[in-house]
Amino acid sequence: MGVSTSLDTNGVWDVLAEVLDPEVPVVSVIELGIVRSVTDEAVIITPTYTGCPATRAIERDIRAALDAAGYRHVRIETILSPAWTTDWITAEGRAKLHAYGIAPPVPRGAAVACPQCGSTDTAEISRFGSTACKALWRCSACLEPFDLFKCH
Amino acid sequence: MPSLPPIRPEDEAAAARDTRPTGAFDAVADFEPGILFNILLRLGDDSLILGQRLSEWTGHAPSVEVDLSLANMALDLVGQATFFLDAAGKTEGGGRDGDKLAFHRDVLDFTNCMLVEQPNGDFAQTMARQFLFSTWQKLLFERLVSSSDPTISAVAEKAVKEVTYHQELSAEWVIRLGDGTEESRRRMERGLDWMWRFVPELFEMDEVADAALRCGLFTDLTTLRPEYDRIVHAVLAEATLAVPADQRPILGGRRGHHSEHLGHLLCTMQFLPRTYPDAVW
Repeated sequence: MGVSTSLDTNGVWDVLAEVLDPEVPVVSVIELGIVRSVTDEAVIITPTYTGCPATRAIERDIRAALDAAGYRHVRIETILSPAWTTDWITAEGRAKLHAYGIAPPVPRGAAVACPQCGSTDTAEISRFGSTACKALWRCSACLEPFDLFKCH
Repeated sequence: MPSLPPIRPEDEAAAARDTRPTGAFDAVADFEPGILFNILLRLGDDSLILGQRLSEWTGHAPSVEVDLSLANMALDLVGQATFFLDAAGKTEGGGRDGDKLAFHRDVLDFTNCMLVEQPNGDFAQTMARQFLFSTWQKLLFERLVSSSDPTISAVAEKAVKEVTYHQELSAEWVIRLGDGTEESRRRMERGLDWMWRFVPELFEMDEVADAALRCGLFTDLTTLRPEYDRIVHAVLAEATLAVPADQRPILGGRRGHHSEHLGHLLCTMQFLPRTYPDAVW
């Protein structure tokens, strides 16, 4: 995450902290790791997946939030490299995903804990879930299906 | 099995001699000033056409999980295509963007490989096509991360993670269907047999690819083949399937020669933007 000292960029970071992911409306775009840096002139973001339909909605939401807070002059730039990784999801972001019922990403092959009951007696139903970033899993202990945020 | 019309050697020779400045063979005629444009177009067209094919399954797949998988793979591919084709339009400098290139070009101006335009057939045929393509695309993108063009490099770096999923998923289905019931095996064998003749084209180098290789934009496709064969043979062995017999390869997609299937695909894909050219969401 870019480090800023100027008052103006601090204000922009505050605005961004209130912009939530449209698909997972409990984590902010900062917690999701898609805001790469903020300068006096621009907010630099990166998409999670190349075809993620939420990318446009996120850009629109950021634009609206910046405009409303008086940062009309701040541009939004999208970069692809370095490629987004789930390692950039913050600790707060991971905790919020879990509380929302989405298992946070774990390295492939590692045990996946059910976000409902905590059991690791879980199995993958489908590698592709309701969105590109999630896989569909089920818990064999409490029998609930759940989304796993894919390690990416 | 229905067969595709053969392309005769004399047709290939005639196409190579053709230097008309406009029309079907633009890609050959103007490759010198437009190497980057043509490479971006090839990469974008491969992803676009396969993305469109996969999206035909939406709502029709054998199970909801498979439906989600196919739709998600389609989304990844259309996302790649958007980046490649937008960059192609920018390079060209004529005011065309990705949408313009996707929806307002005719069939002979598409430069995708012929594998991706092949019909879905049954689910086994779709997975055979996906496996043969994604295995190649993953190897290609791993190389293109070091392309001298920043867009190609960045999209490759981003997309290789997604394509890894496509490759694994399709390889698992090749194994599951090949080493499954008598019926699933028969269908996977038939699907592979259909798609196999389009594999050699993936590794073909031509003037555009050679020129792009010389300026560091692209990679030597022929050198991907040994690793590709190793992966494909290992998966087929696990699926208890034989490697299909080599057939006469069908080439020409990169020059705008296509099977009849592409035109039908484009009819569906391009219908709305062509009927209402200024339509927006």
